[in-house]
Amino acid sequence: MTRSAIELPVSADDRRIARLAALAIGLTLAEAAIPSPVPGVKPGLANIVILLVLLQYGWRAAAWVSALRVLGGGLLLGSLFAPGFWLSTAGALASLAVLALARHLPSRYFGPVSLSVVAAFGHIGGQLALAGWWLLPSAAVITLLPVFAAAALIFGAVNGVIVARLLAGPASSGRQSASCIPPSTP
Amino acid sequence: MLLRAGDVGVLLAGGGLVVGLSVFAWGGQHGDTAVIRAAGQVVKTTSLTHAQSFSVDGPLGTTHIEIEPGRARVSADPSARQLCVKQGWLTRSGQAALCLPNQVSLEIRGRTSAYDTLGY
Repeated sequence: MTRSAIELPVSADDRRIARLAALAIGLTLAEAAIPSPVPGVKPGLANIVILLVLLQYGWRAAAWVSALRVLGGGLLLGSLFAPGFWLSTAGALASLAVLALARHLPSRYFGPVSLSVVAAFGHIGGQLALAGWWLLPSAAVITLLPVFAAAALIFGAVNGVIVARLLAGPASSGRQSASCIPPSTP
Repeated sequence: MLLRAGDVGVLLAGGGLVVGLSVFAWGGQHGDTAVIRAAGQVVKTTSLTHAQSFSVDGPLGTTHIEIEPGRARVSADPSARQLCVKQGWLTRSGQAALCLPNQVSLEIRGRTSAYDTLGY
């Protein structure tokens, strides 16, 4: 037995990101079981985790969790490097880009609901941009645009309210999230 | 506090975006002209103001086109799969029914065309 010459030091941050990413992947898997009338219209439950990470640990950690979620979800759902995976990647990237800007909005007026809604629009925007450019370069995407936008608005708002509730009362939000998202140190 | 002042604004803006996209994507203009082609050549251009019917001959047989005020359809076609017949009534500018085996097409046009040209 030779010991590995490469030692990768694991910091507490790494462990936390891994734990949160696991939570996001779990939600992605649970969500994949929910039937949807239109492919692509999903509640986006994992975005709840991404938003919580963004608000508590910053954009970098959120980007890590999001990337790991897309990768891990792709592996577990068997869609790694399939078209759906790239759509997911495009959506996550666009969503993170929008959040990078939106998080600088004054938090006095713009709460988690705003962030969640713009992230949802970013998500669907990124996906549709890639789908329209690559998979379905036709009017089909345009016809479905209002459906996706309405879904983004509704699910974004609902997820935002959930995030706001979780942030407002960690004690009442249940064991799971309380242990995964400890109160932040400012 | 779950909703802050700006959140309401963002939600309203999102609602506005959804409405705007709906109008953009689904609010197609009603057409007022029907263009009938056979083998790529325009054989008849007529307005959708009164009921009339046309018979166009193609390689397989005769395609029957029916026009009513504001709408038009392919009522009968000799093709095997009947795709253009099943499309039913066409009302919006830019819509088209293509009877490919018989090389006949019916296209609806409005005052302003939705597309400059369509290639199939």
